[in-house]
Amino acid sequence: MTLVPLRLGYVPLTDAAPLIVAQELGFAAEEGLVFDLIRLQSWAQSRDMLGMGGIDAAHMLVPLPIAQRLGLGPAYPDFDLVMVLSAGGQAIVVSAALAVAMRAQGHGFGFDDPLAARSALSGAIGAVPPGRLRVGVPFPFSTQAELVLRWLDGTDLADQVSIHTVPPPLMADALASGEVDAFCVGEPWASYAVERGAGTLLLAGRAIWAAPPEKGLVLTRDFAGTRPDDTGRLMRAVWRACRWLDGPDNRGTAAEILSRPEYLNLPPELTERGLLGRLHVSASGEVRHYPGFIRFHDGAANFPWRSLAALLARRIARQHGLDLPWATERAMDCFRTDLYRQHLRSAGADLPGASARIEGSLAQATVVSAEKGQMILGADAFFDGETFDPAFAAR
Amino acid sequence: MARLSIIVVERDRERALRIVDGLMISGDHAITVISEETGLARRIADQKPDIVLIDVTDPSRDVLEELALASGPMERPVAMFVDRSDEQLTRAAIEAGVSAYVVDGLQPDRIKPILDAAIARFHMFHKMRAELAATKAALEDRKIIDRAKAILMKARGIDEEAAYALLRKTAMDQKRRVADIAQQLVMAAGLLT
Repeated sequence: MTLVPLRLGYVPLTDAAPLIVAQELGFAAEEGLVFDLIRLQSWAQSRDMLGMGGIDAAHMLVPLPIAQRLGLGPAYPDFDLVMVLSAGGQAIVVSAALAVAMRAQGHGFGFDDPLAARSALSGAIGAVPPGRLRVGVPFPFSTQAELVLRWLDGTDLADQVSIHTVPPPLMADALASGEVDAFCVGEPWASYAVERGAGTLLLAGRAIWAAPPEKGLVLTRDFAGTRPDDTGRLMRAVWRACRWLDGPDNRGTAAEILSRPEYLNLPPELTERGLLGRLHVSASGEVRHYPGFIRFHDGAANFPWRSLAALLARRIARQHGLDLPWATERAMDCFRTDLYRQHLRSAGADLPGASARIEGSLAQATVVSAEKGQMILGADAFFDGETFDPAFAAR
Repeated sequence: MARLSIIVVERDRERALRIVDGLMISGDHAITVISEETGLARRIADQKPDIVLIDVTDPSRDVLEELALASGPMERPVAMFVDRSDEQLTRAAIEAGVSAYVVDGLQPDRIKPILDAAIARFHMFHKMRAELAATKAALEDRKIIDRAKAILMKARGIDEEAAYALLRKTAMDQKRRVADIAQQLVMAAGLLT
């Protein structure tokens, strides 16, 4: 059988695993596809490659296609997010100066308590120049930016923080050279900074928001419309890889595959930390266990809830002075729950009854009714107890 | 017409010089090279350039994206150059491997000669890189073929010419490259000793 080649772009991060595993373990071949995996160096490059037709689909920050749809990027054909690839996997890392000051206040770097971490940061703020807390994120439109700002919303720190884009491989250097005081990034770059002795892990992204969608599978609306068969095969192959990644005992193997020179090119021991939820918070080897630090599948993690698009669009619209109802509607339009249902039903994916929900309402995993029978939704609560109703935002 | 101020973000000194040379041919510009990635945003903001040129694959591009979005009252809006009316130019630039960030309101006819010059230089880099890779591969091939010939000469008591003829015949029979056959032979010999 001849395999249909697809060109897929990814940025070297742990959460590129679904695309890499789909190719390496034969989920792509099972659907009659062969992936040409193209390693990209920046999100701008990923966006340009997809916009110019240089790749067929991309592993992309979830808010990036939303920003495109809101006109905050070059004029390219419309992008659609057809499934979420991962939730969580982010960590907030602080500089040596801040870590010392926080430890002096008695903070124990438990990695899982957003309130304790926030008040410790507040108490240590004297370690940075007055009124200036600089936090690095990988891209202006990123879940990391949403997490940091949400965490600090409504506190004194919110007036002092400024968000700066720093390419993940350079974050350890930016922290060491004092260019930023802290950063929020996806693995393995948080662990990399710890290993380099540049930073200390302060907080898991999931501690701020229990199910922060991180990366999505993004393609052009034109591709999804004109090549529905290949779109379906691609989605099923990647979805099965996601399911495999959340299977018990598969994460060690995944770390080995991802670490290879052609992918992340890092020691498996480093890649493994985030995947196994066994993180070293400091170079002296203090280990914190955070089960489910990153999820690829469980708890309906792959479903592209339209309400997530609305939630992420809210802050972007506010920052750029856009009309909220307009932005909400456009953002929701690029999360393709219709394609998810159409193409993944046959693969046996759990399909919820609705395509939007009240975000932040589940404090723990909950059984709900699905298109067929029942399904389990993972916890999605925010640490501050906020709930977000997209119907309210759109009005 | 006022001189345009151009920033070239390029770590490799040799490459940066070549780009600057190319740009100078296209007109009289004020060109600055930034070769360090730390503090990139600040350096660019200080310079207030009309155009920033950067390799498409440079990880620091995302820093420029942030600058492009910043629109404080004192800042000049910058955008990645994607012109619908001249899609060919945009495509040519990206394919050559250069991206341009231009200040809002700059006339397209002032951008074009600069971009054309940058594209020409980047094409040259590609060609040089491809040539270098080809030369390196050819050298590797020669080394491995020499080793295979030596193994054959020793094992079968034949001379160099006969050894090469044998390799070539085998390659032709199997529709493979001589270097591939040599590689297999060297590997197999390694296993046997």
